[in-house]
Amino acid sequence: MSDASSESAPQSSPPAGSSLPANWRRVVDESTRGPVVAFIASATAWLLIGSLLALIASFKFQFPDWWVQQSWLTFGRVRPAHLNTVIYGWISMAGVGISIWLWARLLKTRLRGQWLLLLSVGLWNVGMVVGTIGILAGYSRAIEWVEMPLAAFALIVPALLLAVVAFIRTLWQRHVQHLYISVWYIGASLLWGPFLVIAILLPIYSGIPEATANWWYAHNILGLWITPPALAAAYYFIPKVIGRPVHSYHLSYLGFWTLALFYNWAGVHHLVGGPAPQWVVTVSIAFSAMMIVPVIVVAVNHHLTVVGHFKKLLYSPTLRFVVFGAMSYTVVSLQGSLQSFRYWQEVTHFTHYTIAHSHLGVYAFATMIAFGSIYYIMPRVVDWEWSSPRLISLHFWSTGLGVGAYVTALTIGGVIQGLQLLDPDVSFLTIVEDTKPWLVVRSVSGTLMTIGHFVFAYLLARILLQSGARPDGPAYFHPVPEGTFDTTGGDGRGSAPTPALDPESTS
Amino acid sequence: MTRAALIFLGAFAAVAMSFTALALLPSLQLSTIEPTPGTSDYTYSEQLGREVYIREGCMYCHSQQVRPEGFGADQARGWGPRGSRPGDYVYDETHQLGTMRTGPDLHDIGSRQPSRDWQLAHLYQPRSVSPGSVMPAYPYLFEVKRESNVRPSEVTVPLSSEYAPPGDSVVVATQEALALYDYLMTLTLDPIDQNSDG
Repeated sequence: MSDASSESAPQSSPPAGSSLPANWRRVVDESTRGPVVAFIASATAWLLIGSLLALIASFKFQFPDWWVQQSWLTFGRVRPAHLNTVIYGWISMAGVGISIWLWARLLKTRLRGQWLLLLSVGLWNVGMVVGTIGILAGYSRAIEWVEMPLAAFALIVPALLLAVVAFIRTLWQRHVQHLYISVWYIGASLLWGPFLVIAILLPIYSGIPEATANWWYAHNILGLWITPPALAAAYYFIPKVIGRPVHSYHLSYLGFWTLALFYNWAGVHHLVGGPAPQWVVTVSIAFSAMMIVPVIVVAVNHHLTVVGHFKKLLYSPTLRFVVFGAMSYTVVSLQGSLQSFRYWQEVTHFTHYTIAHSHLGVYAFATMIAFGSIYYIMPRVVDWEWSSPRLISLHFWSTGLGVGAYVTALTIGGVIQGLQLLDPDVSFLTIVEDTKPWLVVRSVSGTLMTIGHFVFAYLLARILLQSGARPDGPAYFHPVPEGTFDTTGGDGRGSAPTPALDPESTS
Repeated sequence: MTRAALIFLGAFAAVAMSFTALALLPSLQLSTIEPTPGTSDYTYSEQLGREVYIREGCMYCHSQQVRPEGFGADQARGWGPRGSRPGDYVYDETHQLGTMRTGPDLHDIGSRQPSRDWQLAHLYQPRSVSPGSVMPAYPYLFEVKRESNVRPSEVTVPLSSEYAPPGDSVVVATQEALALYDYLMTLTLDPIDQNSDG
């Protein structure tokens, strides 16, 4: 608290900051419009495609003889197509879109390299089309999390690098001296992401070493590419919407460095009990356990920022989605640390429990934060408001309850499946039979989440097309009592807190 | 500038280190490993079958790694006489270890279920031999044709009347289905001496 207030005090004549016009936020937001809209609209399209693929895959467990005549709709192709579209299409592109806006805002400068980013989004989309069709047509590389054929990555890697150039050019022109923690996370992930993808595409692996490299990669895509922008957004939006600075800057630095140092070693716990060299697996388990540190640090920091302001969750869609995501981050990460241990892996590895865990991470954490961020960013970028708080509420409840039921069902079902697998007296077909009810819950909750996605896409289409009458003010779930949110924000928008208290004012 | 450089280069160095340790070192450590007894390079047909296995995503439900003694119940289940070893995979260009057991492990399927009739019937319609199975059927790996048109070189799949095609039609395996069978039969684990370093 003390360090926060000292850092948010105006520093002696900031060299460039003083030349900022009073309406700098509008200028900055406008400069990000094209790329932010392109990335987020594309991401949402891939979210819809990915959700439909997920539903096809899930319902095949209830109807295994449904759509089997066509090879391109077989489960073993639809499932990786789902994973690749939601990871590289939805959450990656949404992450870049959100990061662009946060980056320019936090560096207090116009976005540079808009054309690079527009070219990037174009290449990326073509790559995703090639990759998705490639998997369905039978050209999967069959390496988990990197299934798309090389032709797709040949487009996506340059797209990533173009985005990096635009981010560096913007960083170069920054009007701040102090780099807020969100900038650390976004900047680091932009170095990590392309490095990871290029490293796993190198044609140097086979056999068991390929498997260790595979899980080093897959887990790091989660932890070093998807997680950092989501944490950056949580660090930005929670203080921003609530209207008080983040509890402790020191804790946020500690959280960053421990994540950077520990997370990237954790992935090979996916091979516990497998034929990989034992030392590799043991190292990964140790670092997975050490991940407790950054997780607790982030959780404590966010909790102490929000504490006393939980009532604001009633009104602000952004806050509600982001806090849901931040809490899920704590749960999924602690769960991740615990389940890396051998005794727990012995039960849950190879079961639907793992699928529950991955959805808790990519969905309940990262995706929910992405939704919340987009609800905040989009009105500022396109200068229009969300048309229906009701539909936002429907979106929240269908996705929130959907993922809640999804994770609960597969966690319980997975543990039962795992315990049964350990008992040689239970026949395999009995286990299959006992898993079926939980897979029905998965299909139902997946349907619920997909409904939420279509509602979200509809809202996004309406705000982008500015259809209907101009809504009169920001979308809140309920009428907001006077004084709940500070309305004296520098950009003249209803939900912006005073400049002295928001993360952008730390320089 | 120095501060930004410090943050981002430090972060980059961290991941470069784990890349070296977890992705590159195992390659070096295992580069000289010998294949275990019974492990040999794939024939043309086996390799073709392996490509079908990869293409259809069998890995998403079937692992290819038997757990060692004392960890899980794989061996008690009859899934293999020993835990899998790095030497079992030396000819695998794209590893198919898998992370999921919606279906059983397949690393020793060649010993457990060598019957070609069973395997082909199971691929054509899993529920014809495994009632209650949730495995997809792969009818596109087979042809349905009139019995009189079947050439002597072709392999007919025996099916119970419930799943057999109507009339005088029969189900014939395509080259891909036979290749997939050939590949599955390469998946065997020979018992080896506990002390040898396979």
